Amino acid sequence: MATYTPGLKVVGQIRHRVRRILPIAGNVLVKEGDRVNAEQVVAETYMPGDVTPINLSNILSITANEVKGSLLKTEGEQVEPGEVLARTKGIFGLFKNEYRTKVGGTIESASAVTGQVILRGKPIPVQVRAYLSGTVVEVLPNEGVVVEADVSLIQGIFGVGGEAFGPLALSCREPSERLDAGQITAEHKGKIVIGGGRMTGAAVRQGVKVGAAALVSGGIDDQDLKEILGYDLGVAVTGSEKIGLTLIVTEGFGEIAMAERTFRLLASRNGAPAAVSGATQIRAGVLRPEIAIPIQNVGAAGVRDEAALDSTLRVGANVRIIRDPHFGVIGKVAGLPHELTTLESGSKARVLEVAVDGAQRIIVPRANVELIET
Amino acid sequence: MDLDKINVIFATDCGSTTTKAILIEKVGDGYRQTYRGEAPTTVEEPVADVTVGVINAATEVGELAGRRLVNEQGELIRPARGNEGCDIYISTSSAGGGLQMMVAGIVREMTAASAKRAALGAGAIVMDVIAANDKRLPHEQIQRIRELRPDMILLSGGTDGGNSAKVVEIAERIAPARPRPRFGTNYQMPLIYAGNQDASELVREALGDSVELFVVPNLRPVLERENLGPARDRIHDIFLEHVMAHAPGYDKLIRWADAPIMPTPGAVGDILQMIAKKEGINAVGVDIGGATTDVFSVFSGTFNRTVSANLGMSYSISNVCAETGMANILRWVHVDMDERTLRNRVKNKMIRPTTIPQTLEALIFEQAVSREALRLAYAQHKEFATTLKGVQQQRTVGDLFSQGGAGQSIVDNMALDLLVASGGVLSHAPRMEQTAAMLIDAFEPEGMTTLAKDSIFMMPHLGVLAQVHPQAALEVFERDCLVYLGTCVAPKGNASPEKKCFDYRLTGPGLNEKGEIRVGEMRKIPLEAGKQATIVVEPARGFDCGAGPGKPVEREIRGGTVGVILDGRGRPLKLPEQESERRQLLGQWVRALDLYPRGS
Repeated sequence: MATYTPGLKVVGQIRHRVRRILPIAGNVLVKEGDRVNAEQVVAETYMPGDVTPINLSNILSITANEVKGSLLKTEGEQVEPGEVLARTKGIFGLFKNEYRTKVGGTIESASAVTGQVILRGKPIPVQVRAYLSGTVVEVLPNEGVVVEADVSLIQGIFGVGGEAFGPLALSCREPSERLDAGQITAEHKGKIVIGGGRMTGAAVRQGVKVGAAALVSGGIDDQDLKEILGYDLGVAVTGSEKIGLTLIVTEGFGEIAMAERTFRLLASRNGAPAAVSGATQIRAGVLRPEIAIPIQNVGAAGVRDEAALDSTLRVGANVRIIRDPHFGVIGKVAGLPHELTTLESGSKARVLEVAVDGAQRIIVPRANVELIET
Repeated sequence: MDLDKINVIFATDCGSTTTKAILIEKVGDGYRQTYRGEAPTTVEEPVADVTVGVINAATEVGELAGRRLVNEQGELIRPARGNEGCDIYISTSSAGGGLQMMVAGIVREMTAASAKRAALGAGAIVMDVIAANDKRLPHEQIQRIRELRPDMILLSGGTDGGNSAKVVEIAERIAPARPRPRFGTNYQMPLIYAGNQDASELVREALGDSVELFVVPNLRPVLERENLGPARDRIHDIFLEHVMAHAPGYDKLIRWADAPIMPTPGAVGDILQMIAKKEGINAVGVDIGGATTDVFSVFSGTFNRTVSANLGMSYSISNVCAETGMANILRWVHVDMDERTLRNRVKNKMIRPTTIPQTLEALIFEQAVSREALRLAYAQHKEFATTLKGVQQQRTVGDLFSQGGAGQSIVDNMALDLLVASGGVLSHAPRMEQTAAMLIDAFEPEGMTTLAKDSIFMMPHLGVLAQVHPQAALEVFERDCLVYLGTCVAPKGNASPEKKCFDYRLTGPGLNEKGEIRVGEMRKIPLEAGKQATIVVEPARGFDCGAGPGKPVEREIRGGTVGVILDGRGRPLKLPEQESERRQLLGQWVRALDLYPRGS
């Protein structure tokens, strides 16, 4: 039986499609066949505004039944902050009580059961951008669009922060070179900074300071991440953090070099405008962060189909070890023994032999490698 | 259906990643679980049809069993004839993240707690509990309801004939939030109303067309009594008709199955309740997964279940470390480890959740994390499983000095008879001693407690089977489901180290042993699976083994793959603050229980 080990995409040329969907129904602003820019708004809508319930029955000491009669405006009308929302009838026209609303909004309802009045705030605009500079290939009426572009695509293993845009700016010479504060200057404002090995906490702070759009590098120390976020990350569901820029690590946590091939690909596209997303979700329906770099003027023949990528673990395949004690080591599969092997931990597992640098052979559980492309 | 004619039963549990299948056959005059197999679950793209995974798993089981279960059309063959087919097919499901619910009630500790119990008992993950007194401002609650995308909502509140306004007020907060279901955009959010029946029309008016309303009998008709059954049944119906019907391939799966498909944890709860009732025992079950940990308990016939949504060994491992702190994890480790490296390793496991420990050090660390995950999950369970709150107490002079009252945890470790473990880190530990040690350290059972594991996680299948064929479910549970580890003997109390904790005398077939256990000492005595022995424990002053402080206890105990574990560490379990002292003690326990290879 072939073993399937999913790896991350690092592809020089691929036809990439992204669905850009509104959270609720709205207006699509472009049509099929339109050329769009990454930052262009393609669909927008308004979310119903925030809701403020006000219990007038309690505030004005009247029964819930009397609340409707005390309102100075009817359901559906607008009130401004500071405006008198309700006034009691008082006794013989005297001792009237009134309530000035602290928030503005539309009166949505007034309940005769609870005496509660619901004020609805202004609608909140929601916009969706194209994300990729490319072509609209499908319009999903009232929902959004599908944008297609030929891109170089690199998936990271983990990211923090949302979508960002800017030209790539290579800051390290080697895939193993650490990305430190010294390599990030004022020139990197609005750019996607490409590092090599581990990005330091100081580099991230410097990136925020100069206004870089994103940092991409091989690894990050968990201790640094904790300081950057201000809390210890519990589960890998990210994308909504507001830390001033987007971070993407391509390999993992700790002192680890970016994969040679990833580094070479990013370096070859130095200066090209790109879109990145730090959103990561490692649950059912895995989502990885990505760097998409549109390619101009590519014929269809030059585009590789992602389905053609080999995902079979076999002798000769390139793998990366993804667990200690050999974390980060890259090599070729040299053997796939069928029988279960007892590990140092005492567990029995199916293993494989990995040849490193063509000579040394390491035995690791099959669960602890991932396929990488050459 | 004539139960006597059922000879072959095929059952699956469609999990988020794996579809596990078992075959149960009549062997002689009883039912046995005979073969098992598994295949990746196929709910997600590119296949997007759950039945493909079921058929793949059935094919594997069929090949192993030498029985053709699937025909040329890719469907299950029924009924069984000769070497072909099965008589009934049943299934549970937790694919797509299982059943996710939001519950609401008036008072957090009363009706909202009862609603939560109903939802959890039905097998749901409770995403949030909205209550009038949950300390959030109304607009914050509404905002929260807007953000959540549960599969359904359960609303309760008020006793029958009692206050209506409060529960209507909650309904008025739900309506403007216009909650949207997680799956599918073309159906309305189902909302089950199980509160004051006199208020149901007012609630209907308040909710308007914002949800699809289902009214069921009040789950707390009077403060003194819960009636969770109707709400729970309706949750199951809606789960089948709405939630699952929108998941890919489930329409076909529902047609295939001979019993309603249940959420996996709901089925586990059913079988545990059935066993506890039949044996007349108190039992706790735990299932620790990659993302969540479920704890089930039955004490004096009352069932409770909790899901600790972010306590798990892969997806949630980092959260366990964040919640308890690295110091609490490392207190279970008897060897040198570097914290900075460990932090990175934990995160690397989180982002690549399928890896397994290769080195002994990595295994020791993972088992330390699991102790903390289990301990936290059990603490949450104890806090949740309480007697009903809000019930008026009648006190006599005799109760004057007792602090007991409403809202006390019904989880009593001294009364616990059986502790069942399942989930990768517990059931796949290289040595059974490690499983036993993780259970004892995390749960701190008191007195005498039988330890077992559900090695291939068969309890969900048996839970559904119990609905159609209780006899077969019981027989398989007793013969094939549980692997007994043995019995833990642990008196409650504390004293200074090296003082006597208890004397014991163990007699049985080929066994006659007696001795003394000192405070802080552990000892393992082999007693094979299937064998029983009589133990007499005489606790020292201040220690209680079930009969009261210092009083002797005699009991029949069960053996297992580990045997009898005599635990003189006292309860509650305290580890020395000083690191060198703690490590030395941990090292002694590791050697006493033979946890890891010598020299580690």
